[in-house]
Amino acid sequence: MTETKPTGAPVLSVERLSVDARTPEGLKRVLDDISFDLYPGETLCIAGESGSGKSVTSLSIMGLLPKASLKVTSGKIRLGERELTTLSNSQMRHIRGGEIAMIFQEPMTSLNPVMNIGAQLVEAIREHQGSANPEATALEMLEAVQISDPARRLKQFPHELSGGMRQRVMIAMALSCRPKVLIADEPTTALDVTVQAQILELMRKLKAEFGTSIIMITHDMGVVAEMADRVVIMQQGRIVEQGPSVEVFGHPRELYTRQLLAAVPRLGALAGTDGPPRVSKSAIAPAQRGTAPVLHVTDLSVTYGGASGLIFKRKAPPATVDGISFDIMPGETMGLVGESGSGKSTTGKAVLGLIPFSGSVQIEGRDIAGLSQHDMRPFRRSAQMIFQDPYASLDPRMSVGKAVAEPLVIHGIGNASERQDRVAELLRRVGLTPDAATRYPHEFSGGQRQRICIARALALEPKLIVADESVAALDVSVRARVLDLMLELQETMGLAYLFISHDMAVIERMSHKVAVMRGGRIVETGTRRDIFENPREDYTQALMAAVPIPDPTVYRKC
Amino acid sequence: MTVLRSLFRQPSALFGLAVVLVVVVLALAAPLVAPFNPDEQMFDGLTLEGAPMPPGGQFLLGTDTLGRDLLSRMLYGARTSLIIGLVANGIAVAIGLFIGIVAGYLRGFMGNVLMRFTDLMMAFPALLLAIVLAALMKPSLWIVAMVIALVNWVQVARIVYTETRGLVERDFIMAERSLGAGHGRILLLHILPHLIPTAIVWGTLGIATTVLLEATLSFLGIGVQPPQPSWGNIIFESQSYFQAAPWLVFFPGMVILLTALAFNLVGDALRDILDPTQRGRG
Repeated sequence: MTETKPTGAPVLSVERLSVDARTPEGLKRVLDDISFDLYPGETLCIAGESGSGKSVTSLSIMGLLPKASLKVTSGKIRLGERELTTLSNSQMRHIRGGEIAMIFQEPMTSLNPVMNIGAQLVEAIREHQGSANPEATALEMLEAVQISDPARRLKQFPHELSGGMRQRVMIAMALSCRPKVLIADEPTTALDVTVQAQILELMRKLKAEFGTSIIMITHDMGVVAEMADRVVIMQQGRIVEQGPSVEVFGHPRELYTRQLLAAVPRLGALAGTDGPPRVSKSAIAPAQRGTAPVLHVTDLSVTYGGASGLIFKRKAPPATVDGISFDIMPGETMGLVGESGSGKSTTGKAVLGLIPFSGSVQIEGRDIAGLSQHDMRPFRRSAQMIFQDPYASLDPRMSVGKAVAEPLVIHGIGNASERQDRVAELLRRVGLTPDAATRYPHEFSGGQRQRICIARALALEPKLIVADESVAALDVSVRARVLDLMLELQETMGLAYLFISHDMAVIERMSHKVAVMRGGRIVETGTRRDIFENPREDYTQALMAAVPIPDPTVYRKC
Repeated sequence: MTVLRSLFRQPSALFGLAVVLVVVVLALAAPLVAPFNPDEQMFDGLTLEGAPMPPGGQFLLGTDTLGRDLLSRMLYGARTSLIIGLVANGIAVAIGLFIGIVAGYLRGFMGNVLMRFTDLMMAFPALLLAIVLAALMKPSLWIVAMVIALVNWVQVARIVYTETRGLVERDFIMAERSLGAGHGRILLLHILPHLIPTAIVWGTLGIATTVLLEATLSFLGIGVQPPQPSWGNIIFESQSYFQAAPWLVFFPGMVILLTALAFNLVGDALRDILDPTQRGRG
């Protein structure tokens, strides 16, 4: 592939755009003096972490800013020769979907759940072009996005399709009017990594076929490297750096870009080592590895729903987790990796007795099968959990100090003042100041909240922590710091982790042992070195091949 | 104390609080402040033609069709109406909260039984039920209050049930369970506080509806027994004279409206103040 130099006039140019948000404290600048051009046939990636203003940029171009809270204060957005910021709503409607189309992160919520796919496509086509036969065009479009069995899909409803298929439908809808510009806002973030690879491939192909320029908004530097001709890096409403992607990745000029790239875990970065990297500054001896497993799982199965029905006997649904077995030794991390629906989160909940299961789960040698919530209590001191979404796993009506003290209160440890001291110590331990105790969860950022959750899990000094996608909701730079904290805690406290993630790079960074799950079964298990350097199963190989690599030169070679 | 201080910072809440206090104090002090005996049918309370006296003069708010002083009746009526609006309605909200939470948390067989019972109560005409209940027992203020509590909890239970089901699915409840918290702790500390806004909204909205339900029952002869006054039965007794003596409907109507509004304002303010996620926001 040759380096495409931007040629001719830009299709879309954003010039010194500023957007203000109305807040109770007055106007707050959320986009500050943004300028960039999009040339015909190129893919421009806008990359940045949450709050960087990348989505506000795309909404401004579409003229979809919520008028009550956000407003363009200065600057121009030109599509060819037309100025967009001064257009009326009805004029803008012809541009939207006709000349600029958009696809969103969550294809389920962007499709109308009570209309079939065909009707929604036909509606979009009719709106913008006087096609003689919109039904035929709809079918053509579905064929273009390579959906299997397109004629049948036309009659199906969104919930009958998988996430990947829905995103294909969204793309078909967006491209049906042959727009000049396609804005894709995190189009693959909600998708599994293998599906993501297919969708990205499809978008590259369609870009050439339809002659559309693409603005792609993403937080994933791997996706940027795979897709972008040029990159715009944003931070806190400003453009930090922009340029051809090979240059930005190869020779980043700005400190922030370098930090951002450094924070991205690279698959294969730890090749040739057996465990996660050491992060402790102090020279503490690594915690002793015992010989008895802290968690021993044999033939674990979980079935949701059950066959019972009061009047009508329902057929037993297939098992979500189907006869899996593994061991975790003290001080060791077991990485559980798989795509959505593989049963990895269910496994995490089952080993802590949070959902009913069959088979045997032993925590420190004692079986927890069939124990009631009350009888489980002693085991809670040995095994704790950190959840995926730090926004949802803290009670919004409970102060942080109370939340961290909860486990101590529940288990009757210490008196009020001892608990207060312990909470302060725990908060310090996870890198927060003790005065955080009096504040409420909504006053903290995602990363800080996840630290609070970690402090809460540590309060009982457990031997095992189940971390279910614990960093998936965090920005890359924050994610790296939380992972480091978890590694440091493991080194100093001898914690064992069951680390559940869909992200191969994160699993590689954290694990000693890895189990790959698919359809409720473990398809391959072994030491990290075995799995990552010598994957035996096709599925493991496919998973790894699908991970986007944050290095554009890899893609330029082919 | 911080609750009171925040309350004082909102003018609308302060207005509401003032009205509530005035109404409560006047109701309690009715024997002291009422100019006449509320049940006395006074000779000079009627015009020569036998019509009620308009407001002004000796009778500040006029008299009713039997020549009783309206102001005095309204002051005593406040006692009845507040008992209905606060106590009966409060009990209704409490029952609804309890049944809704338990059904939403347990689900399964018990939850189903409770909710089907709620549906049954909802489908049953509330007025008919009230008539049956009141007919079985000798009508009195407290029986009326009980009847109202028994028919008014249903909507609260239904809404609380739905909200509880949503809350139970949230991660922080799962997190609590993973810490080893028992059912009581989860219900009281982690589910109940989230339902307080709903309870407050229903509680304040219920004041006006229960006061009027009492009036309906009184009108049908199974509520508060005459001559004991309540705001509702003053309106109902006089509604056929609305054109000739509009003050008889206007004043008690205004008082019900104002009281319901005041409780609403206080309730809204309380809801915001008690919500820690609103703290530090404008």
